[in-house]
Amino acid sequence: MKGPFETLWFLAVHFAILSLLAFGGANTIIPEIHRQAVDVAHWTSNTEFADLFAIAQAAPGPNTLIVTLIGWYAAGLMGAVVATLAMCVPAALLTYAANRLWERFNEASWRITVQEGLMPVTVGIVAASAFILIRATVHGLPQLAVASATTLVSCTTRINPIWTLAAAAILGLSGLLGVSHG
Amino acid sequence: MRPRTRDLFGAFMTISVSAFGGALPWARFVMVEKRHWLSDVEFNDVLAFCQFLPGPNIVNIAIVVGARFRGPLGASAALFGLLLPAFCIVVTLGALYSAYGRLDSLRDLFTGIAAAAAGLIVAMTEKMALPLVRRRALTSLPFFSAAFIMVGLLNWPLGWVLLCLAPMSIAARWWSKR
Repeated sequence: MKGPFETLWFLAVHFAILSLLAFGGANTIIPEIHRQAVDVAHWTSNTEFADLFAIAQAAPGPNTLIVTLIGWYAAGLMGAVVATLAMCVPAALLTYAANRLWERFNEASWRITVQEGLMPVTVGIVAASAFILIRATVHGLPQLAVASATTLVSCTTRINPIWTLAAAAILGLSGLLGVSHG
Repeated sequence: MRPRTRDLFGAFMTISVSAFGGALPWARFVMVEKRHWLSDVEFNDVLAFCQFLPGPNIVNIAIVVGARFRGPLGASAALFGLLLPAFCIVVTLGALYSAYGRLDSLRDLFTGIAAAAAGLIVAMTEKMALPLVRRRALTSLPFFSAAFIMVGLLNWPLGWVLLCLAPMSIAARWWSKR
């Protein structure tokens, strides 16, 4: 069994390295986090991990905060703080440095060409994540109706999306979306 | 109008507490549609830049937008505005879970929210695509489709897709502007 400081240090280093490998968000590193938390360090059971993942997804904010919960299970509140900072701060510093470099070329015509060239790829990736999410969350007509209605409202009105999310949450709680507990 | 440091903190706090099922549509809603800090094209450019860097996209967006308007202080304010509420909420939910160990109603809640959140991302895709469709629909289509197929259908890692498509897409843009 490791002492508390060793665990905190381990969390800091491990998640800092992982965060710099996470292109496109936490989903790419979930398998590695799972391996570490469940198989190697035994911080959580397999079921607990799945439940913590569900909590991180259901909670607002970046889904990356699964690491907050893992840190909490590993080393209490300090573990949660350390894991969260390790996941976000190195990436943030890197982004800050890269952005300063990039802003130096604000007026350069090649920068504009690069940005215009990247845009179709970026929008294609966003479209792909929309597709992946729809495939993962929509399992029937009621859910399809909720998703389509949300898209329609967001595209055609200026209503704050919190209202459509709230309506969908109420529909979900009421059981109208046909979820079964397996 | 240039936002103050505390506006940045507040805006990212709003994004953080409302971002159920994905923060990007909220980032766009708050910064483009509500506060008009960024134009639609500027938002696309910021996200394109952030996709190239490791770490959560929304964290990188907070840094880039915060730094653009208020330097290092703005970047820190945006980052902590984003992390603070989300951290408190997720730890509270985690504590409730380990005390009661039941997630049934949370799952019901999430089924509804997840479907709506997916709908929000579809809407965001449409909004992000508009400037492209208006200006250069035909030349964008091959790269848009390739990225969609590689990530959405073939599940290729994002880093490889970017490495492979970005140079070609930029070269094509450069070629068409000559």
